[in-house]
Amino acid sequence: MPRHKLIASESDVSVEVEDEGKDNEFSIYYVEVEENFEGGKEKQATRDGKRRRVRNSEVGRRASEKRTNEAGNKRAEKKHDKRHKTARKEGEKHGRKQRRKNADADEAEEESGKEKKNIKNERTKTLKLEDEKEKDVKKKRKKHVKNEEDNAKPEKTKHKDCHDMPLKEKKKKRKKPETISESESKSEPESQSDSDSESKDNPAVGVLGSLTPEELEKLKEAVDERKKLIATLRGKPWPMRKKLVVLRESQEFVEKYEGALGKGKGRKLYAYKVMMMKKWMKFQRDFENFKTACIPWEMKIKEIESHFGSSVASYFIFLRWMYGINMILFGLTFGLVMVPEALMGKPYGSLPRKTVPRGEEASAMNFAVLWDFGGYAKYSVLFYGYYNSQRAIGWLKFRMPLSYFLVGVGTVAYSYMVVIRTMARNANEEGGGDDTSFNFSWKTFTSWDYLIGNPETADNKFASITTSFKETIVEEQESRKDDNIHLTRFLRVLANFLVLCCLAGSGYLIYFVVRRSQKFALEGLEKYGWWERNEVNMVMSLLGMFCPMLFDVISTLENYHPRIALQWQLGRIFALFLGNLYTFIIALMDAIQLKRAEEEIVKKNMTIWQANLYNGTMPDNSTAPPFTAHPADVPRGPCWETMVGQEFVRLIISDTMTTYITLLIGDFFRAVLVRFLNNCWCWDLEFGFPSYSEFDVSGNVLGLIFNQGMIWMGAFYAPCLPALNLLRLHVSMYLQCWAVMCCNVPQERVFKASGSNNFYMAMLLVILFLSTLPAIYTIVTIPPSFDCGPFSGKNRMFDVIQETLETDFPAWFGKVFSYASNPGLVLPFLLLLVLAIYYLQSTSKTYKRVNMELKKKLQTQNEENKKKNKLAALKAANELEQQRSNSASDLGVNEESSSLDEAGHHRQAGHNGRFIHPSQHTQNSGPPVTSTHTTTRTPASRGHTSSGHLPGHPHQPQKNSHSKRR
Amino acid sequence: MGGTASKLPKDLLSEYQELTFLTKQEILLAHKRFSELQGRENGPYSSRVSMEKVLTLPELKSNPFRKRICHVFSTSDLRDGSLTFEDFLDLLSAFSDSATLEIKSHYAFRIFDFDDDGTLDARDLEKLVNCLTGETDDTRLTVEEMRQLISNILEESDIDKDGTVNLSEFQHVISRSPDFVSSFKIVL
Repeated sequence: MPRHKLIASESDVSVEVEDEGKDNEFSIYYVEVEENFEGGKEKQATRDGKRRRVRNSEVGRRASEKRTNEAGNKRAEKKHDKRHKTARKEGEKHGRKQRRKNADADEAEEESGKEKKNIKNERTKTLKLEDEKEKDVKKKRKKHVKNEEDNAKPEKTKHKDCHDMPLKEKKKKRKKPETISESESKSEPESQSDSDSESKDNPAVGVLGSLTPEELEKLKEAVDERKKLIATLRGKPWPMRKKLVVLRESQEFVEKYEGALGKGKGRKLYAYKVMMMKKWMKFQRDFENFKTACIPWEMKIKEIESHFGSSVASYFIFLRWMYGINMILFGLTFGLVMVPEALMGKPYGSLPRKTVPRGEEASAMNFAVLWDFGGYAKYSVLFYGYYNSQRAIGWLKFRMPLSYFLVGVGTVAYSYMVVIRTMARNANEEGGGDDTSFNFSWKTFTSWDYLIGNPETADNKFASITTSFKETIVEEQESRKDDNIHLTRFLRVLANFLVLCCLAGSGYLIYFVVRRSQKFALEGLEKYGWWERNEVNMVMSLLGMFCPMLFDVISTLENYHPRIALQWQLGRIFALFLGNLYTFIIALMDAIQLKRAEEEIVKKNMTIWQANLYNGTMPDNSTAPPFTAHPADVPRGPCWETMVGQEFVRLIISDTMTTYITLLIGDFFRAVLVRFLNNCWCWDLEFGFPSYSEFDVSGNVLGLIFNQGMIWMGAFYAPCLPALNLLRLHVSMYLQCWAVMCCNVPQERVFKASGSNNFYMAMLLVILFLSTLPAIYTIVTIPPSFDCGPFSGKNRMFDVIQETLETDFPAWFGKVFSYASNPGLVLPFLLLLVLAIYYLQSTSKTYKRVNMELKKKLQTQNEENKKKNKLAALKAANELEQQRSNSASDLGVNEESSSLDEAGHHRQAGHNGRFIHPSQHTQNSGPPVTSTHTTTRTPASRGHTSSGHLPGHPHQPQKNSHSKRR
Repeated sequence: MGGTASKLPKDLLSEYQELTFLTKQEILLAHKRFSELQGRENGPYSSRVSMEKVLTLPELKSNPFRKRICHVFSTSDLRDGSLTFEDFLDLLSAFSDSATLEIKSHYAFRIFDFDDDGTLDARDLEKLVNCLTGETDDTRLTVEEMRQLISNILEESDIDKDGTVNLSEFQHVISRSPDFVSSFKIVL
């Protein structure tokens, strides 16, 4: 019982109580029928008369379609007998039903009107539905009654009818779910007999055919409600057995009555529609299953989740999300750029840009060269320079340069869209999450991570929860007083100074290295070893590896709270990466300028070379084609775009390598050493100095973000980058999963995952913006190389749009476009956008304020309600006491009347209980379990007079019959 | 409900899918795990598995609320925390990814309500905090700290100031929490 009490949210209880009331109606009905059955009671005549009236009106309603009601009196006599019969029949049926139900203990108890809320609640839902249906029916019936009176029976008062009819109807209606809950085979004939008994005088009318359109409408509503119930059933906090019962009932109900809806042709269509709906639902469910089964690495992530909690898992979910984005980017570049060029473009060796130059041919296939993406790799579809500037290629007339340009723009646009959409969704989910008014409660109620399945993690979690409790308590008690504020300030300034020095130093180092590498490149890389060739990337990776450690050491000076310290740390690493990346880009810009200067020289030489070629060949044979030189021999420009692409690819490769190697050394070998050397070492390695490594979520996420930034930056010049990144992410998914599971220990300071989610997203957005900036800058300002890439020969890369507009679209379109791109139109449009943003922002602000106000209002209202309820409860309790003392003498009446009393007052009790219930939470005195009992039970023993307190209550007839009996 | 321990009937499976937040695979996995727990001695899967056995699941082993979870989801009349397969599915459904905040907070409330009286009073909160801080003495809070903490909690979440937190107050507090839904999860 107490367990059930818990369910008692307010709505739950009120429903329960209503339920009781209905059960009592049932028992009343039962009693009534029994009375009829027995016969010979003094008031039988009156009762019979009443019932007959009911019946007649009933029949009259049914029959009014076919016949008029002129033969009222005579038939009434006849029906008097029939009435007895049907009443008896119904009584028997009821008895039968009850007997059957007695076998099922739960339901039998429900029927007998005992207080078994537990079980009753199982039926609450169906009955609630019924209740609503009844209300509709009642309304309708009232209308019918009026008609009836006009027609035939003037002798009875309207008032009585109004009360008799609903009751009668209710009985009928209720039978439906009752029977449904039984096996279908039984319920079918019963419901039939139900309506049979009503339409006896009119046997030609079928069960369903006799339903009026309104009734059909009602039925349809009921069916829809059932469907809704089925859909929402999983969200109910009920035990499974109950849910199963309700589900089966509802499904049977729906199945049974769904087919009956609609008539004639429409019926078939309806049945068809219903069938298709069912199929569609099933398909949807299967599809849902299929979709979840298709989510890659779900099991792996769940395993990690259960070992390390949600924060580590959030990294892997982020990784998977990245993987998805890169998949799309890869699909775009691969499907629209690389494959068309490889399949339909001119083959390798047909053009100078598609051929390895003569000087490099010897080493073009060496692994070292290929590893650097030189040689054959450089003159392949992987890089910008390979693409031809031919406007349309292949039999499809594929617009290659246009496609290249649009894909470049599209990848960036898509990335922006996805990141911003995700951020918005996260913000929605967090909705008001920054509300700090529930600091302690959240710590208590939500700090345990139920996913933790590893005892070690659990211990860490215990410790971290305890410290956080203690910290917050201390903070609450007294705002921390810094005893030596000057020292702390000095140390913090010093720490920041040191960090700045680190950042500047690393920036300079990268700049220096890049310049040096350019010098090497000018002199020819062949003379130098592996280090000189990979210096830039190695230096960048090493800086990225060691600087964060340095920052960590420096941050101990500052004495910040761990969370703030983490934020500082993240910010610094962010600055470092960004600084490094931008130095790298600036150095690359320098390189581009150099290359362009070189290009100018090559251009001049080219004309000289061509002139020489002509001069040399013309005199010999004039029939030969003008260009006889092998493409490999043609002098060519340095093609700065390919150079940029190559740099990025190398950077990615070396970054990946360092990540994997650190993983192997820092995690795996360390773990192996600690594990096996521990037995023969002088101190405890596992808990002492080296220990096992923790999984650094924030560092790893940052690494991932920067990696993605480089992809966005370089993808335009090296279409192979998304593919490479996809490979890298795929491998690191498995590698890191393995590493985490086999050689990491759970974090000591466990941070919440969700709080930082949007923080990471914001970082990603910043990186996206910063990485598209240089790419766009180069695209817009620097003219493309003259002899390589899809835009060769054009003044600017975006000229390809202009060209397409002019040649591929009708003239008017170009005109419209040129008008639209006129500054006179663009500027107002921008202004409009800004205004719209401003407007939206201000409205959102107002909404926020209104929201806050509403929240406050709600709170105060809640408090008021509670107070009111308390008062009402007190009042009701007093009343009850009084009435109990009044009616103590009335208790010894005969059996029937007492059962009637009980029935009538259960309804009453329902109302009281509903009023009282909310206060049960608030009344601290005494266990509420018993208090409910007393409040709901006491009215049962109360005098019958009190039912008059409920004006307009549907149960008035009980009172009437009651008074008659006395 | 017929069927044997080895295999779930198809219609029942689809009903379970309809009634829980679990997918087909998850239900089948749960069934497999549950059959393993049952061992071979008892055949029909409607039979109960004692709480001790359920608690040997690695997913529940280190959870400080494991006994409460069993008690809350058990439909046993003996209140021994034993679970049928359907109770077990209820448990997994409430703790699943796709369960709603409403149902999660409802069950969380019942788990935290140690004396099953429908409200979280000071004693419930004390037990709750003790569960969270672990069993050992060095992590436990002192009496003074505990008092302070509980009074703070009540100050925040006890909106009607009756000294206890009831379900609606609890849900009100929980619904604003940014990471309740993500942490109130158990996966097999």
